[in-house]
Amino acid sequence: MSSNGKPKFAMYWAASCGGCEIAVLNIHEKILDVDANFDVVFWPVAMDAKYKDVEAMEDGSILLTLFNGAIRNEENAHVAHLLRQKSKILVAFGSCANEGCMPALANLSPLQDIFDTAYHTISTDNPQGIHPQPSFTVPEGDLYIPAMYPVVRTLDQVVKVDYYMPGCPPESHQIAAVIDLVIKVLHGEAQLPPPGTVIGAGGSTVCDECARKRDVKAIKKFERIQHVMPDPEICLLEQGILCSGPATRSGCNALCPAAGSPCIGCYGPAEGVLDVGARLMTAVASVIDSNDPNEIERILDGIPDPAGMFYRFNLAGSLLRASKAGWQGKV
Amino acid sequence: MQRITIDPITRLEGHGKIEIFLDEAGNVANTYFQIPELRGFERFCVGRQIEEVPILTNRICGVCPEAHHMAGAKAVDAVYHVDPPRTAKMLRELLYSAFYCTDHTTHFYALAGPDFVMGPDAPVAERNILGIIHKVGLEIGGKVITMRKYGHAVVEMIGGRKVHPCTSIPGGLTKGITEEQRQEIEKMGRYAVEFALFSLKLFKDIVLGNKTYLDLILGDIYTHRTHYIGMVDENNKVNFYDGRISVVDPNGKRLGKYAPNEYTEWIAEHVEPWTYLKFPYLKKVGWKGFVDGEDSGVYCATPLSRLNASDGMATPLAQENYEEFYSTLGGKPVHQRLATHWARLIELLYAAERWVELATDPEITSDNFRTLPTEKPTEGVGIVEAPRGTLTHHYWTDERGVATKINLIVGTTNNYAPISMSVKKAAQSLIKPGTAVTEGLLNMVEMAFRAYDPCFGCATHSLPGQMPLEVTIRDAQGNPVQVLKQHC
Repeated sequence: MSSNGKPKFAMYWAASCGGCEIAVLNIHEKILDVDANFDVVFWPVAMDAKYKDVEAMEDGSILLTLFNGAIRNEENAHVAHLLRQKSKILVAFGSCANEGCMPALANLSPLQDIFDTAYHTISTDNPQGIHPQPSFTVPEGDLYIPAMYPVVRTLDQVVKVDYYMPGCPPESHQIAAVIDLVIKVLHGEAQLPPPGTVIGAGGSTVCDECARKRDVKAIKKFERIQHVMPDPEICLLEQGILCSGPATRSGCNALCPAAGSPCIGCYGPAEGVLDVGARLMTAVASVIDSNDPNEIERILDGIPDPAGMFYRFNLAGSLLRASKAGWQGKV
Repeated sequence: MQRITIDPITRLEGHGKIEIFLDEAGNVANTYFQIPELRGFERFCVGRQIEEVPILTNRICGVCPEAHHMAGAKAVDAVYHVDPPRTAKMLRELLYSAFYCTDHTTHFYALAGPDFVMGPDAPVAERNILGIIHKVGLEIGGKVITMRKYGHAVVEMIGGRKVHPCTSIPGGLTKGITEEQRQEIEKMGRYAVEFALFSLKLFKDIVLGNKTYLDLILGDIYTHRTHYIGMVDENNKVNFYDGRISVVDPNGKRLGKYAPNEYTEWIAEHVEPWTYLKFPYLKKVGWKGFVDGEDSGVYCATPLSRLNASDGMATPLAQENYEEFYSTLGGKPVHQRLATHWARLIELLYAAERWVELATDPEITSDNFRTLPTEKPTEGVGIVEAPRGTLTHHYWTDERGVATKINLIVGTTNNYAPISMSVKKAAQSLIKPGTAVTEGLLNMVEMAFRAYDPCFGCATHSLPGQMPLEVTIRDAQGNPVQVLKQHC
């Protein structure tokens, strides 16, 4: 409790894009409920950072911390440990913290490849092959920047996580619902779910929320969206467009399929699904309408990048985590 | 040698850090503005199906995903050699205009406005959006929230989602809009025009009407004579979505205009070993280090740059304000960096007027929003003006439409060299032997880069809001002798 008697709230970003913060700001007037019920002690986007204050706090003195962003470097890991120590309830907030999100596709490449690409593009003038160094001596003294880890990791691969809130970013109505729940708990009107629970999301799949009509899935060809005019009423997967709906947790109201675009899987694995990619591959295999190995191969050629399509959001959190080359046997 | 570290979110959290080195006499010897993070999009987008890349690159920045989605959409159009129908282009530009209104509003009211409305030396506790509301009136907060809400509503209607839109694909969009939606969008657009006019009046009353602020804007501390770039239409008027990139020198002379696929003839990037971010410069002029003037390839890509690089605005009210801007500030080009805030509001007005123009076009509700590509995919460049600078996406694919190479020059990155120079100049002007380094002085150093609205969210995370700073002054042995904190 703070001196004003209110429980403490924190929100932090590690390796992320800032979209989670925008999603929280998009709850609009609900933000005032957070302010009324919590003492917001640490939230770099919205208020003074008070980082030193966090270090000075007693362990476990922050009631609720929403942590977004993945763990990409030593600084991200340091703050994750610090906030774990200071927080009673630590929530992995958004896809990056939960499962790595799209930047975890970098785990398919060794770090050296990432540097060799970024600092040697067509527009980069770098004849001496300069790469950034964690420590570098300039005429006036030494300069430091954080060293990058070989792979992107999820928050729960670094510290213990109490609850998981998926989405890229989590939808604002779900954020508002979670805030309502926590406030009810504070007032003794509700109970927290068991630790480890996924909150701010549904218990089924995106398909269950999708308004498109489903009938028989029997696919002779996978289509890329740029090459077809899909029927606006019928299931996209039935029309041969790879859709992550069958493997993805509900909670977004199937926004993308409603806009004519396939589900990309940002809400993470559906309840009971251990690995989105494996689940999605099973779903795909089951809709292929052929028993001829050659024809099946031809049909699967319609998905030229299975790694990216099946593990778009969740490589770091999947059973694979990284390619052998990316992992390099260390973290 | 003494050393001052300005660590925006402290050293360990730092997503951007300034090191200031003092010489033995106590004058500023040099400064380094470091960006401590790299996520590697140019590597991990390789191997992906190309239609995925405008969605993947959204995640470069959750503050301006619309800009990445649009640059990506134009790049994949080019990869497939397909020209989307007029309705598709208009819908994308409509989404983009609404996004601009939201984004420029957030910057002016939450980030830059407090320095002027409250004053750069105002108490820290008042120098924020709440301070503005208290000073100017409660209804202004409501107006700002409504403006932001409307912008996001249009993004969701056309882009499918409020954050990270998903509807732009090679050849157009996956959906159009209904007449009912159009009416709603038009109504919100008319509000945006009124809001922009109100914001400009507020700026003129409070800032231009105050001699101290005007002197601050026109003073030498925040002035740099650099080149400028910005996208223009066929009449050389500012455009955010489509056109050629106009390049002008520090005297305002147009050096040329380049089409997206000519960008490598004009722009190159320099690498330094002490930061993860690269420094773009004008290739034809060359990298001469962190210096301004016509012999240095350093250029700027901001709202001020876009006005300097153009011949005017394409909408009537914005054009009136464009003329007033240059007549007040003494002609083109304007080099005073703090004038960027005024230029941003003129762009807000243009975006709002353009929003209404597009929303009232009879073809905007047409269902002709897709062209199916028929050619083999190869290579393509897409350029838009992100709020924080010219945004270039360049994709190469194999014949299956799988990415084989990706090059990105992101909005804020354009301004990395000028921001570094502005910080150095402000530090040199303000930190002198025997001068106490006060919080207000620190804020004036911070104002040097706030004018650029640096969104290192694209590389790190400087979102709109007060930026925390910690300054440690060290003696020649590196021992701290004074620590000052602002918002830390």
